[in-house]
Amino acid sequence: MAKVTIPIGPQHPALKEPASFNITLDGEKILDMIVKVGYNHRGIEKACEQRTYIQDMYLIERICGICSHTHSTCFIQAVEEIAGVQMPKRGLYIRTLVAELERIHSHLLWLGVAGHEVGFDTLLMYSWRDREIVMDLLAMLTGNRVNYAINTIGGVRRDITPEQIKTTLAQVDVLEERTKYYIQVATEEITLIERLSKVGTLSHDDAIRLGAVGPTGRASGADIDVRRDDPYAAYADLSFKVCVDNHNDVLGRTIVRVSELMESYKMIRQLLKNIPEGPVVVKVPRKIPAGEALSRYEAPRGEDVHYVKANGTDKPERVRVRAPTLANVQAVAAMLKNGYLADIPIVVAAIDPCFSCTDRMMVSMKDVNASKENVIDWKTLRKYSIDWYRQNRGLDLSKIKISKRW
Amino acid sequence: MSKEETIQQELIKNFAFLEGKIRIARERRIFIDVPADKFMEVFDYAVKKMNFNYLCIISGLDEGENLSFIYHLAQNYSIVLNLKITLPKTNPVVRTVTGYFPSCELYERELEDLLGAKVEGLPKGRRYPLPEDWPAGQHPLLKDWKPENLPESNSGKSN
Repeated sequence: MAKVTIPIGPQHPALKEPASFNITLDGEKILDMIVKVGYNHRGIEKACEQRTYIQDMYLIERICGICSHTHSTCFIQAVEEIAGVQMPKRGLYIRTLVAELERIHSHLLWLGVAGHEVGFDTLLMYSWRDREIVMDLLAMLTGNRVNYAINTIGGVRRDITPEQIKTTLAQVDVLEERTKYYIQVATEEITLIERLSKVGTLSHDDAIRLGAVGPTGRASGADIDVRRDDPYAAYADLSFKVCVDNHNDVLGRTIVRVSELMESYKMIRQLLKNIPEGPVVVKVPRKIPAGEALSRYEAPRGEDVHYVKANGTDKPERVRVRAPTLANVQAVAAMLKNGYLADIPIVVAAIDPCFSCTDRMMVSMKDVNASKENVIDWKTLRKYSIDWYRQNRGLDLSKIKISKRW
Repeated sequence: MSKEETIQQELIKNFAFLEGKIRIARERRIFIDVPADKFMEVFDYAVKKMNFNYLCIISGLDEGENLSFIYHLAQNYSIVLNLKITLPKTNPVVRTVTGYFPSCELYERELEDLLGAKVEGLPKGRRYPLPEDWPAGQHPLLKDWKPENLPESNSGKSN
């Protein structure tokens, strides 16, 4: 059969974010593949140079809607290092707590997406339902489900109360029970194992050569984790295992992520048990002395890197961001070579890509009808959604009862 | 002697000109200003002989008259060696390091697109991250670049 080259993207109904894949096929077998990214580039690094450190922190938090705490922490760690801040221990513990809750939210979200991509939508429904538990915890601790804004230069903005600690521990127990079930699914459910085994293979050597990071690298036997190898925040005080797997395929990436959930629960219990008393934040002058620092952070998707250069003013001279997907996306072509066209969605999803992070974009949505009152409460939002479906889709959803917990 | 000091000693032993140019900022962070003509030698030694086998990123900086590029290399994923090369803006040419780290292709293309560097030996391919129709000679991360520098057709205002 003649070779066929199919362009998919940058805009395509099957893609959640813009990316372009040029795939050369022989029948349904992939001979070669060129991945292009960059369609989300909005110049956040440039924008950072024109804003103060505090403004940048909130801007950078919006690089990604899932690992927002990742980016804001990675950035301010560099700023705090340049400023020589003596960080309050309690603040670091809370920062780490939010970081691990974020990882749980991200991994459960991924598990659902992976289930969906292989036609196992029950898994999507289950894991996203359970993910609501951690979203509620994040909302309780920080005030927000996403873009938590818990960080500030010199610590965190909110302390944690004994009641919150109690609730968090109780909910983590629930999540742990659910995760045991997911581990069982990933290691025993025969249809899932058959579907994911030997799909999207990335050999150990290729993972090292191509610089794969996070669960993508660890599922190919790369024993790397910034939390252990270059500890930051409170990780040096915690005991945890780095989950490495040698399947080298999508099954391995699934096992690594569900196993990491268990480690996160362990870490959260240690953090809450040993959290020291004291202040959660110290005051840092607005002007940061001249200097430079490189900060690394183990995001749910892998190593996030920020380089910051300060010039003595209240605005940075340079901010450089490298999100984990940019390190992993280059391994995708290697994973798909000699694979099958139908495997592309799950293989791409298995690196847990985030092109917004990679291209460091910021979405600026302008609502033409926006009134001055931009804050809407839950009741109004629910009513808006029910009305919208009634008018536009002819569906009446008003009878659906919502569980009390949510 | 700490691990960082051992690394410093080994580098000075092999490259005497690095004396006084190595700064240990903190545990696991070493910054070095490498003379431009010796850069590849030091880079090659660090990667091949000292096991700095992972490239975190390459950062490009506009420093007025000069452009600087920092190669952030990690040893065993832990200690980071920040090798900095400084070149005049009139001729900012570096050699590609894709031979050592194939995945750094996009980092190098960013230096070309955003700062106007020239990377010798980089394989042909699509630019990154700017759009295909981005006008030549416009490098947004240069300090004197402003969005107004763009021709009207690229500014997005026509929509």
